[in-house]
Amino acid sequence: MTTTPTTTQKAHHKATGETSRSRMLWGIRDCWTIVLQEFTHLFRQPSTFAWQIGFPVVMVLMFVYVFGSAMDVTGQGAGEGYVDFAMPGMFAMTMALGFMDTAYAVTHNKEKGFTDRFRSMPMSSSAPVTGRAVSDVIRAGIDLVVIAGVALLIGWRSGGSLGATLAAFALLLWLRLALIFVGIFLGLCIRNTETAGMLFAVAFPLGFISSVFTPPEMMPGWLGAIAAWNPVSSTATAIRELFNTPGIEYLEPAYWIDGHALAAAIIWPAVVMAIFVPLAVRQFKSLSR
Amino acid sequence: MTEQPAVVAQGLIKRYKSSTALDGVDLEVPRGTVHGLLGPNGAGKTTTVRILTTLTHADGGSARVAGWDVQTQAREVRRRIGLTGQQTAVDDLMTARQNLTMFGRLFRLSTADAQRRADELLNTFGLTDASGRTPKKFSGGMRRRLDLAASMILAPEVLFLDEPTTGLDPAGRREVWEAIRHLAAQGTTVLLTTHYLDEADKLCDRISVINHGKNFVEDTPAGLKRRIGDEWLELVATDPSEVEQLEQLIRRVLGAEPVLEDAEARLSVSVKDGVAALTAVAAEISAQQLDIADIGLRRPTLDEAFLHLTAPAAETTLEETR
Repeated sequence: MTTTPTTTQKAHHKATGETSRSRMLWGIRDCWTIVLQEFTHLFRQPSTFAWQIGFPVVMVLMFVYVFGSAMDVTGQGAGEGYVDFAMPGMFAMTMALGFMDTAYAVTHNKEKGFTDRFRSMPMSSSAPVTGRAVSDVIRAGIDLVVIAGVALLIGWRSGGSLGATLAAFALLLWLRLALIFVGIFLGLCIRNTETAGMLFAVAFPLGFISSVFTPPEMMPGWLGAIAAWNPVSSTATAIRELFNTPGIEYLEPAYWIDGHALAAAIIWPAVVMAIFVPLAVRQFKSLSR
Repeated sequence: MTEQPAVVAQGLIKRYKSSTALDGVDLEVPRGTVHGLLGPNGAGKTTTVRILTTLTHADGGSARVAGWDVQTQAREVRRRIGLTGQQTAVDDLMTARQNLTMFGRLFRLSTADAQRRADELLNTFGLTDASGRTPKKFSGGMRRRLDLAASMILAPEVLFLDEPTTGLDPAGRREVWEAIRHLAAQGTTVLLTTHYLDEADKLCDRISVINHGKNFVEDTPAGLKRRIGDEWLELVATDPSEVEQLEQLIRRVLGAEPVLEDAEARLSVSVKDGVAALTAVAAEISAQQLDIADIGLRRPTLDEAFLHLTAPAAETTLEETR
């Protein structure tokens, strides 16, 4: 160590030998360590994973076979084309409800003292957040593959090109990524995991007051407007377009945003992140208050 | 640098919205010693530890741990400390070995080194046989030992333990005490909080008693006990009608006035040399063929100690009655 007088800051960096580049590399390594931890959980708890996947699968079957047979979303008779209409909505809703898993995991780690242990360690301070985001996006990818498998079994097909279909799944993960930060923010605000379970009360309207199961045009005016402007609807409508869902052409976009679903499906999650990333960071910092 | 104390805190202040948690706490822990932070719930023990382990920012005062400032050089501090918080922060879904390997990697060891260190620590803390199991099925003592092992990955200069044995059964407490003694014997500086007087007594070189966010007393365990007062000899009469005889007996043998709790026919008396007093009283009781339900020595509880320390007037009364 040199003895030339430097500012505390400089001396600090020299002592730790950390440049911004090496800090970034360590950040990636720490993030990966946490991703591995999350995936160990998956293998250790296959039943929990099965339950979490089971929920959207049951929803798909329920809506398609129980309610779907009575729904006329295409104007061609009850049940006609409902699988094709509901499946994209189902994908979008699974992504939307995922924020509860994120919030629950964040609250759980805080409650169990895990977050404090990480914060008392010389690891990258961003890693708990980036690790959570990466592992939740990978998890969401697995969810989508499983649900798409079930969808294929019950007769859903993407009518879009391979590129358009992949773009649709990318939009879904984009929505999930944005909501991860909502989950992290809420998870840090919530005191304990029991309260985290009550997030259903927020999640259900977010999932259902949307174009997921019914076109907003069929709802009462004010509710339809809320549903149409729900970010989940934008993603659902956009991927319906990308999947080239048959039978929706007749639905004249009744709301302005419906006509711009693709753009909205890109912009909405960006807006959500612009709000919730700083909020989550602030909430994380306030842990030391 | 090595002559510097492991922990120095000066005038730590921490305010929350409606209360003041710390109101100027000072602390100095020399290297290689075990220091106890003793106090009732809400005294400010945990807040002090959180500030010293960089988890919470102080509103006033300063602190250096292992020679580094906790506020401005948090990263340097984190490299040199281990923390075992009130909850056992181990991952219930990973095996003991996976847990330690993960923490090792987060402490920036290579995967191979992290695994090697994990095995060493499992051995040190007597968990080798349990290395492949998840902590969910561990006893409280085993969980705590795994937790301790996780905070020992880099062989920290200073180890912070926040109520390490709260909620453990007696066997678990002994296991954890054993582990802490082992670490202290190897030269690790330990700062532990507890609300058990006997725990502080057994483990610590020095004890700081804090209350209402302020330093109260600091002393060695022996010195603290001297201040708190002596042991109490307690006996319970089987037949309440014999209480008076027993009272006289105590007065005669020990030359002190016993306190009577009528409801239980329980007599207690403060004694200097507990064992001698117990033997003398017991011998006299059997000589007179009196019947007692219970006899024993009791140390003052922490509550009594606080009452005693905070009320000097009461102390003089006791002195006078002796």
